[in-house]
Amino acid sequence: MSKKDLKLKIDEFSSAVGSFKGVEIEIGRIYDDSWEEPMGPTPFPSVGTLRNWDRKLLDRYKPFYMPFCDLCCLCTFGKCDLTGDKRGACGITMAAQQSRIVLLACCIGASTHCAHARHMLDHLMEEFGREAPIEVALNTNVEAPNIRLVCGIKPNTLRDLEDALDYVETQLVQLVAAAHTGQEGDNIDFESKAFHAGMLDHVAMEVADIEQITTLGMPKGIPDAPMTELGFGCIDPNKAVIMCIGHNVLPSVDIIDYLMENDLFGEVEIGGLCCTAHDNSRYNTRAKVIGPISWQLRYLRSGIPDLIVVDEQCIRTDILIEAKKLGVPVIATSEKSMLGLPNRTHDPPDNIVADLVEGKAPGALIIEPKKVGEVAVKTVLGVAPTRKDYKPLSGDDIQEMAEHCRNCEECVRACPNNLPIMEAVQQAAEGNFELLGDIYPACVGCGRCESACPENMPLITFFNKGAEERIANEKFPMRVGRGAVQDVEIREVGRGIVFGEIPGVVALVGCANYPKGGIDVAKIAEEFLNRRFIVVATGCAAMDLAMIRDEEGQNLYERYPGDFDAGGLINIGSCVSNAHITGAAIKIANIFAKRPLRANYEEIADYVYNRVGAVGVAWGAMSQKAASIASGCWRLGIPVVVGPHGAKYRRNLLGRKEKDEDWMTYDARTGEEVYTGPVPEHLFYAAETAEEAIVMIAKLVMRPNDTTKGRAVKLSHYIDLHKKYYGTMPDDLQYFVRREADIPFTMKNEILEYLKEKGWVEDKIAIPDPTLLDRMVRRRE
Amino acid sequence: MAARMIPGQTAEIAGPKKAFVIPKPEVAASLIKRAKRPLLVVGSKAVETQTMDGDLIDTAIRLHNTGRLQVVATAHIVGEFMKRGAEGIHSMQMMNLGDRLRDPDWRGLDGEGAYDLVAFAGTLYYLEWLVESGLKSFAQDLTTISLSRSYQPNANWSLGTMKADKWKEVIDVIVKSITEDN
Repeated sequence: MSKKDLKLKIDEFSSAVGSFKGVEIEIGRIYDDSWEEPMGPTPFPSVGTLRNWDRKLLDRYKPFYMPFCDLCCLCTFGKCDLTGDKRGACGITMAAQQSRIVLLACCIGASTHCAHARHMLDHLMEEFGREAPIEVALNTNVEAPNIRLVCGIKPNTLRDLEDALDYVETQLVQLVAAAHTGQEGDNIDFESKAFHAGMLDHVAMEVADIEQITTLGMPKGIPDAPMTELGFGCIDPNKAVIMCIGHNVLPSVDIIDYLMENDLFGEVEIGGLCCTAHDNSRYNTRAKVIGPISWQLRYLRSGIPDLIVVDEQCIRTDILIEAKKLGVPVIATSEKSMLGLPNRTHDPPDNIVADLVEGKAPGALIIEPKKVGEVAVKTVLGVAPTRKDYKPLSGDDIQEMAEHCRNCEECVRACPNNLPIMEAVQQAAEGNFELLGDIYPACVGCGRCESACPENMPLITFFNKGAEERIANEKFPMRVGRGAVQDVEIREVGRGIVFGEIPGVVALVGCANYPKGGIDVAKIAEEFLNRRFIVVATGCAAMDLAMIRDEEGQNLYERYPGDFDAGGLINIGSCVSNAHITGAAIKIANIFAKRPLRANYEEIADYVYNRVGAVGVAWGAMSQKAASIASGCWRLGIPVVVGPHGAKYRRNLLGRKEKDEDWMTYDARTGEEVYTGPVPEHLFYAAETAEEAIVMIAKLVMRPNDTTKGRAVKLSHYIDLHKKYYGTMPDDLQYFVRREADIPFTMKNEILEYLKEKGWVEDKIAIPDPTLLDRMVRRRE
Repeated sequence: MAARMIPGQTAEIAGPKKAFVIPKPEVAASLIKRAKRPLLVVGSKAVETQTMDGDLIDTAIRLHNTGRLQVVATAHIVGEFMKRGAEGIHSMQMMNLGDRLRDPDWRGLDGEGAYDLVAFAGTLYYLEWLVESGLKSFAQDLTTISLSRSYQPNANWSLGTMKADKWKEVIDVIVKSITEDN
């Protein structure tokens, strides 16, 4: 590794010159450059270092802004109306304001992962030592591709990871400062800064996952990672149930340890929601995965949990109110989310337990994970017997409440998906709960309908009632998050991906704000797995795709192997594991193509953009974290497709396929600028339906570098899927067929006829050694 | 026309510039008829949106057959039109369409020139809201009309929020008014 601290203390020293006492010499950093690879051009890039690269991308993929608000309300000049060509009091335009908000969202997202990583690192260094060697994946030398690429350092120990985090924190301050009133004024520069935040996010996420893989014994990139159970049905309600929510695994680890040490798994269930659930199951498969973020409220309303433990990120901020309704205490464990609870970190555990069990306090803030472990287990064992008689609302109760419906339709207007809630309630008033049950799988669980209801009906509980039978059977196997992709796997598949013979890598990531339920994620995954794409997944998406079974009762994790290879379905892990997805793309450039990695961002991104047919899909993207994760993909040249709610991120980054001049690329062999066609067509794209998304994903995996065989494979999937979902041939094949050999053999006549109508000219689209970087041209002719 | 100026989703309120509520269906028909190059955008909810004709796909086909306006199906739903024998229906995804509509140099789906009026129907409420927001600020010469059952504040003109049965009647009057003059 590169940097170390040195501290020299001399109590007493005598020499010919004189005597010294209490001399201390401290050197903060000594640069110990044991990494043989020469330093690349952009170590620890600052806000403007990669601006030219960003502008190359943003010149092709111009933002289409869809303002979510016409006003700026950030300073006391405001509110300022920015509609049309108006400017605010500070001079800002609508376009700049939208991209400014995008930047802020990305900064929040990146800060969240960075703060998460910092919290864990401080704790883990204390527990395991600063010099604990990092171990990420088997058969792997490139342990931290994002850190190596961005920072130009090669981490060997936990301490080394601090350097990466120090850098991320410093840069994030600069980025947030740029959003102050009267700073940046150009929308494209705001966009570039958002890209910077995204890149930083992937460094922070990589740090976070390396830390926990290294120290907590999580799977080290193994394809056959163990299976765990997912769903309501996997929790035994006869046991005392601890429900852990959030993204920071540390408190849960100590709960699991306490249960193991005291042999209490027979009496206590520990179930998780959101990414803590992923990481719990990576730590110990006896920890159950209840479900994605959207299930918080619905699981609480089931009445099953006897104790709630929250850590950080994506927690319902009204969790304490919900817990009170159930008579269940809450333990908060993070300074980022203290929920107004008293800090009991330094109190004796048994005092805290007594207060919680006896209901003297609604909850406690305990910052020390070990203490959380003991208090949580003792508390749940005390609370559970008192809740044995708890009964959720009966059908009769619900029918009676439903009779009070005022037909105001406020529930429907509050619902993000305008689900027919009022109609379902009216049917429930007649004793028919079928429509309530139909709403359940499509509901995102936000609870806005309840908030809007003038009769205060607990509508989420209503949906649970309607889906009672389904819920009881919700039990699916899920392969736990395996972490990074091994170097050896990259060597195996690198060629197939770069030349297009493996049609693409589809990364299903993100939250659960779906337009029609999580089933769409499973359908998308299945479509591409059947076509032998590589499908990787993280976070809520990795859970949701587990929830369909085939006729033989098997789900996708049972049907497809966990290898990073064609037709593989790889659960990478939690949100922070997303860094391994960009890491895999980076490693293809480095390990397969032998491109220098160290602090060489532009070249690697240029390689990924032009050669690696990867597409990110965040079908239920909701959070600022999802925004920054996506933004890190864009800068690296990986397009991202989101669901229709993703349009609320205020802008898409869209290419115009018909504008030939936008798609000029250098041929690195000659220096000539050639037309390579609109591949990939978009950088950030919101699809209206899952069917549209599937077809778009198949199109976005095309790259200028595809061999004719590879392009033919990709085109065959694109055409086939377009016919399947649109019922027609695509109307833009002339932009993607470069020469006759690109045409899938079985479709040749049909496509040639179509191309003839469009006036297609063979070889108009070149197949160069593609690069957007002038400096990558090897020889000029 | 008993219509209210409340948005279809509670919090989707707009800024200072808000859509005029179309006071009666004939006004919507008149706006469309007076346009030189009108376009009807039919979204992914069209199949599940019931009208007097059957569903919104059937109604759009009826309008298309007048030859007075072009029809574009967003998302993947152009196949629905084809299944019902409609020819000449364009297909373009909502994001691609919004992006081109804000470009004054775009020559339209038929290559014959820019549109001066775009009407939306059968869309996801919030997606139409967003696209119209983009057009409100970045395509100020374009007239947008929402034929949604719920008020769309970012259009230039919008039907007000109304009950489903009333909306069916309103749409039928608009279509009749356009077709009768054909």
